Amino acid sequence: MKLQKKYEIGQKIATREAYGDALAEFGADESIVVMDADLSKSTKTANFKKVYPERFINCGIAEGNMISVAAGLATTGKTVFASSFAMFAAGRAFEQVRNSVGYPHLNVKIGATHAGITVGEDGATHQCNEDISIMRTIPGMVVINPGDAVEARAAVYAAIHYDGPVYLRFGRLAVPVVNDEETFEFEIGKGMKLREGKDVTIVSTGICTAEAIKAAEELEKEGISAAIVNIHTIKPIDKEILAQAAKETGCIVTAEEYNVIGGLGSAVCEALAETCPVPVLRVGVNDCFGKSGKAAELIDEFGLSARFIVAKAKEAIALKK
Amino acid sequence: MENQKKVELQKIATKIRLGALEEIFSASSGHPGGSLSIADILSYLYFDKMNIDPQDPKNADRDRLVLSKGHTAPALYATLAHRGFFSTELLKTFRHKDSILQGHPDMKHIPGVDMSSGSLGQGISAACGIALSGKLDKKSYRVYTILGDGELEEGQVWEAAMFAAHYKLNNLCAFIDFNGLQIDGDITKVMNPTPIDEKFKAFGWNVTVIDGHDLDAIEKAVAESEKSDKPFAVICKCIKGKGVSFMENDAGWHGNAPNAEQYETAKSELEAYLASLN
Repeated sequence: MKLQKKYEIGQKIATREAYGDALAEFGADESIVVMDADLSKSTKTANFKKVYPERFINCGIAEGNMISVAAGLATTGKTVFASSFAMFAAGRAFEQVRNSVGYPHLNVKIGATHAGITVGEDGATHQCNEDISIMRTIPGMVVINPGDAVEARAAVYAAIHYDGPVYLRFGRLAVPVVNDEETFEFEIGKGMKLREGKDVTIVSTGICTAEAIKAAEELEKEGISAAIVNIHTIKPIDKEILAQAAKETGCIVTAEEYNVIGGLGSAVCEALAETCPVPVLRVGVNDCFGKSGKAAELIDEFGLSARFIVAKAKEAIALKK
Repeated sequence: MENQKKVELQKIATKIRLGALEEIFSASSGHPGGSLSIADILSYLYFDKMNIDPQDPKNADRDRLVLSKGHTAPALYATLAHRGFFSTELLKTFRHKDSILQGHPDMKHIPGVDMSSGSLGQGISAACGIALSGKLDKKSYRVYTILGDGELEEGQVWEAAMFAAHYKLNNLCAFIDFNGLQIDGDITKVMNPTPIDEKFKAFGWNVTVIDGHDLDAIEKAVAESEKSDKPFAVICKCIKGKGVSFMENDAGWHGNAPNAEQYETAKSELEAYLASLN
């Protein structure tokens, strides 16, 4: 799937902004309904509301009800986007997502913003590092973690045209566009090789892809050839591209703005254990809560920046037999 | 209501009770108390009121019912079977492996089930979503939902109640099975949700309180709901276990299946009542 060019490489824009813009851009179909729980200015669903106010439903601060209402709407043929912060959309409303949406496999897209530690100043209560794990354990749930505006826009378009539940994870922080829309193609469940390499593959998702690119450049200076595979769809994960990467480079480093438990790192370990077991080292939040601070400071504080990926890449290479 | 129609609906309600007990006995598991209490409501809705077609169960313009108290699926399944959505022969497969009749309503596999339910509090929200869709698309279908009184202890019910009033979902009618008992006993002792009528009023609903086994009263309440400018709550004073003497008003029958002897006794009581209606 390919869209007309909108974003420039290097342009800084939050994935939540691209989400709201994409809802407005692709939301013309009368069957699309967008819901929010009093955070529309933050989740950017307000961008949709501005164009289609009659199909925007504010549910107030009641996320559980919002998800079940979304399910009811979907039983009548609506394509529903329900948005809140990841902490509440996936966290508080987990059981509604599981039973009202997941079990009947209804056409509800959960647009969860403010995921991860880059929420920044709000601190640990709002920095959700659990959503990917719990969402991907729901049978039939697709989990997409876009890393830039290009991926976010394409993910929204793909979700609209996919029949079934999708969890979409967006960030608060303005991040650089890394994908070139001239050549970018998006398919749910397909990873993307961003860079060839022979010593190690960095498998990254979300905003850590930008860090992975920096890390690979750093490694190159030291004579280490690092490949990069960008994974936007954490479920279903692209087992083929992972197995291929494991065969070609013999070791893997995963990089994500997420807990090392349950997210991309876990999904990659699960996949490779069954197809091509090689050393896998995980860069991510080390099973701890976040804290207040500026997003950029926190990325380094929690060990997610390029220098940590570089260090793990060297460790992974040393583990190769 | 004309007497002939009333007797007919009473007979159907009795068959729903018999069917529910057959299911629960066959499964050696299930929830008889709350299934027996809502049989009259289901009889009226599915056999007189609702615009539904067993030959076209997914029709976009049909009336809908969400069984928010999904554990009383045996009553809903017996209703749907007698209404022709599937064979009454299936009832004895309830809760069996490979049966479509899952322990709680499953919209993906059971014809006539409008929404999967079972986790308390979620059904009324889903009913709100269906009602909202009707408003958005200017459709004239109506949406019914049935909740337990214990279910009102779930906070989500009140989120949904607020939502329904806010979006003026006057195409939504909620029945509350006010039988006064939940698994752990008397609702006022476990966690008192009363006064139920005043709570719904305060949340912006129109409310009526009726005898949930009186078909005239059920008909009148539904007629009132159709003229309401707000979502409408029918607080139904019901008897948990209604129709089976030893199950009535006993919380012990909330989620326990009868043994063979108890089942025979229950069946003969209901069959005798059915014969008396002829």
